[in-house]
Amino acid sequence: MRLSYPANIKIIQVPCTGRVDIVHLLSALEDGADGVYVAGCLEGECHYLEGNYKARRKVVYVKKVLTELGIEPERVAMYNLSSAQGARFAEIANDMVLQIKDLGPTPVR
Amino acid sequence: MIVADRKSLEEILGMVADREKLLILGCKGCVTVCNVGGLKEAEVLASTLRIAQKKEGRPVEVSHRVLERQCDNEYVAGLADDVGNYDAVVSMACGVGPQFLSEMYPDQVFFPAVNTTFFGGAVQHGVWEERCAGCGACAIHLFGGLCPIARCAKSLLHGPCGGSANGICEVNKETACIWDAIVKKKMETGRLEDLVAVKPFKDWRTARDGGPRRSIREELVKGTL
Repeated sequence: MRLSYPANIKIIQVPCTGRVDIVHLLSALEDGADGVYVAGCLEGECHYLEGNYKARRKVVYVKKVLTELGIEPERVAMYNLSSAQGARFAEIANDMVLQIKDLGPTPVR
Repeated sequence: MIVADRKSLEEILGMVADREKLLILGCKGCVTVCNVGGLKEAEVLASTLRIAQKKEGRPVEVSHRVLERQCDNEYVAGLADDVGNYDAVVSMACGVGPQFLSEMYPDQVFFPAVNTTFFGGAVQHGVWEERCAGCGACAIHLFGGLCPIARCAKSLLHGPCGGSANGICEVNKETACIWDAIVKKKMETGRLEDLVAVKPFKDWRTARDGGPRRSIREELVKGTL
């Protein structure tokens, strides 16, 4: 498909978004990432039944932590798409980058 | 187990506002089981405090570790080589932890990161309820296995009171009237008459009313067991 997405996104692969932990999301922000998003499988289609739902709850938790710290919760997000949706992957990457650019650089430096 | 809730981030940040180098100290006991102060939670709190420090442009020095238990001196002693390396230690154990730590290391400051709430258990994932008040004279067998000391808002021994309506306590709509449950259970088991028995008054000296309590097992003290 030769779709392009912003080069400033660093992809960290996990076997299932159920593996993503609160600490992983916090660590990225702690190390200066302007934003972090989790790209999980479509809801109801997790191979491990509920890994993506667990990831969503963790993203919600981190959003709450960021709000308490006075940092924009929009810096963390959860998206759902299937591995066959390459075009959607690029679209989400562009959306997220635009959103983070609107927010500006992270206050965590 | 002992159940606790984590204090708000605002309160914890307020406590450690003038401290730079911190240790977040979890406990592998009850607070790990109720998902509030184990290794995982200590790691999350440490990361959160580091983000807060970085955001304010302060030097970042927050570490975390976990002790087997903070209510046993043999485990608390394991901190001896490390405790002096910090401006303050934030304990994620129940209220017992920071006290054992303060007693063993009088030169260090220990802040509690959790509010210890009650003795209870998980009725579903993420929901804990009080079951015991630690009154020091257990009598649940007299009440169908349900404790009116811990679970009745008035700790009545001869309920229910007039505040019970449709099995709900007047104190809170979320709270079941335990006396309603006790009476129902006694009726179901055909033992309602048990409740007619006149019981001697409860001796509250074994509870908190008798002051701080102490439990001594002579055979363990003497090492004969």
